[in-house]
Amino acid sequence: MIHKFKQLGMNIVMDVYSGAVHIADDVMYDMLDCIFEPFTPESECPEYVKQAMGDKYSDEEIDECYAEICSLYRAGQLFSEDTYEQFAKNWNKGSIVKALCLHIAHDCNLRCKYCFADTGEFHGGRSLMSAETGKKAIDFVIANSGNRRNIEIDYFGGEPTMNFEAVKEITDYAREQGEKHGKNFRFTITTNGILLNDDIMKYINENMSNVVLSIDGTKETNDRVRRRVDGSGSYDAIVPKFQKLAESRNQNNYYVRGTFTAYNLDFAKDVLHLADLGFKQTSVEPVVAPYDEDYALKPEHVDKICAEYDKLCEEYVKRYDEGRGFNFFHFMVDLDQGPCAIKRLSGCGAGHEYLAVAPSGDIYPCHQFVGNEDYKMGNVYDGTLNEGIRSEFERSNVYTKEKCKDCFAKFYCSGGCSANAYNFNGDINKPYELGCEFQKKRLECAIAIEAHKKLG
Amino acid sequence: MKHVTTLNSANLKSSAVHGGCGECQTSCQSACKTSCTVANQKCENAQN
Repeated sequence: MIHKFKQLGMNIVMDVYSGAVHIADDVMYDMLDCIFEPFTPESECPEYVKQAMGDKYSDEEIDECYAEICSLYRAGQLFSEDTYEQFAKNWNKGSIVKALCLHIAHDCNLRCKYCFADTGEFHGGRSLMSAETGKKAIDFVIANSGNRRNIEIDYFGGEPTMNFEAVKEITDYAREQGEKHGKNFRFTITTNGILLNDDIMKYINENMSNVVLSIDGTKETNDRVRRRVDGSGSYDAIVPKFQKLAESRNQNNYYVRGTFTAYNLDFAKDVLHLADLGFKQTSVEPVVAPYDEDYALKPEHVDKICAEYDKLCEEYVKRYDEGRGFNFFHFMVDLDQGPCAIKRLSGCGAGHEYLAVAPSGDIYPCHQFVGNEDYKMGNVYDGTLNEGIRSEFERSNVYTKEKCKDCFAKFYCSGGCSANAYNFNGDINKPYELGCEFQKKRLECAIAIEAHKKLG
Repeated sequence: MKHVTTLNSANLKSSAVHGGCGECQTSCQSACKTSCTVANQKCENAQN
């Protein structure tokens, strides 16, 4: 399967099953419209291809170009075959748990309108995770992580700084137990910044390999949605603290992370605003919300949002060329040393490699399932996992998702987010289609950006 | 090649054979919490 598109003035051709990415001239780009799969190379350019090409190009150019297509095919870089289905059919990952999302606080000091966590409550009332429960979670992941050495712990909420003493106690315990059991714990924290102070920043810098700082963009965009309990905006309070923290981490190993909604379909300005504030690591993602919410993104917004990604893509490379580039999470793709095909087939690992733990110790497939009783998998206090749910997630892969079959982006998103699929279509194997549209556009931009960087 | 420039080594198929060690991060650990983004992760297996 190939996918061809134009972006940043280039003719880009992706060979889906080999992962090859080509920049074609107009002759080849047009010729690829005249050749169909399965491709069989012939000694000379077939007459039907020449006829379909019309008189736009010389016979010499056409013959030369056809020969190059045949060479790429023989090198396994064009029209390569799908050889992954065998892996999917014999899918037996034997997963181990390698990451936990600890819901340190089901409480929040903001009341963001779009919060999937129900403004921190996760539909189960406000509560804090005790250090004891957190320690049980650490015991649980050590016991279920097999031979894997690196274990990731994500402190999440609600707002985890509202229960920061527990964060410290759990971190200390994890390090101590890690040494005993040969495990290297890596910690991440996500915060809205309201309670950040010098002490917390110092602790984060000394202990967290990554920190996610929530902010949506300009003051107007941010404060429309990310409000305090009294209705006032959060922007003025958090920006100086986020800037300080980002600088203190040498502009690495953090993200300022926002959400865009139907209120700011012109979100490129919000991403650029974050870059203008000096942030080098940014992520702004589409809100995922039921269509009856007035901030929800809907199918009629797709064209506008894709045009906005195009706009952002152009400015992104312009700033890169001018030596003032920044990273936008969804425009980052590694064409050479990216994840292996097995990882690309299986996706994020929710429900088998990655689990979320609620303040009560209840275990769910991921942070987005927390509070959904149908998906409660167990509790860290008894240490068991519901095998039915675990294997449902473990079995799920690109080849169990019918909608992914003909999609060029399938090895880049791995079939998308299970929670979004479940919430919109009631089945983790039926991807959330709006998300697919955005993903495809972002991927085209990301590949074009890499091409631009490589070709100069 | 005159009509095309190939940008990468296209090693996806060989990575299927050698891959699957599982040492990479889970995808939601970095910045996304509402979408599945896999291809921007680094492989943590030196053999691939």
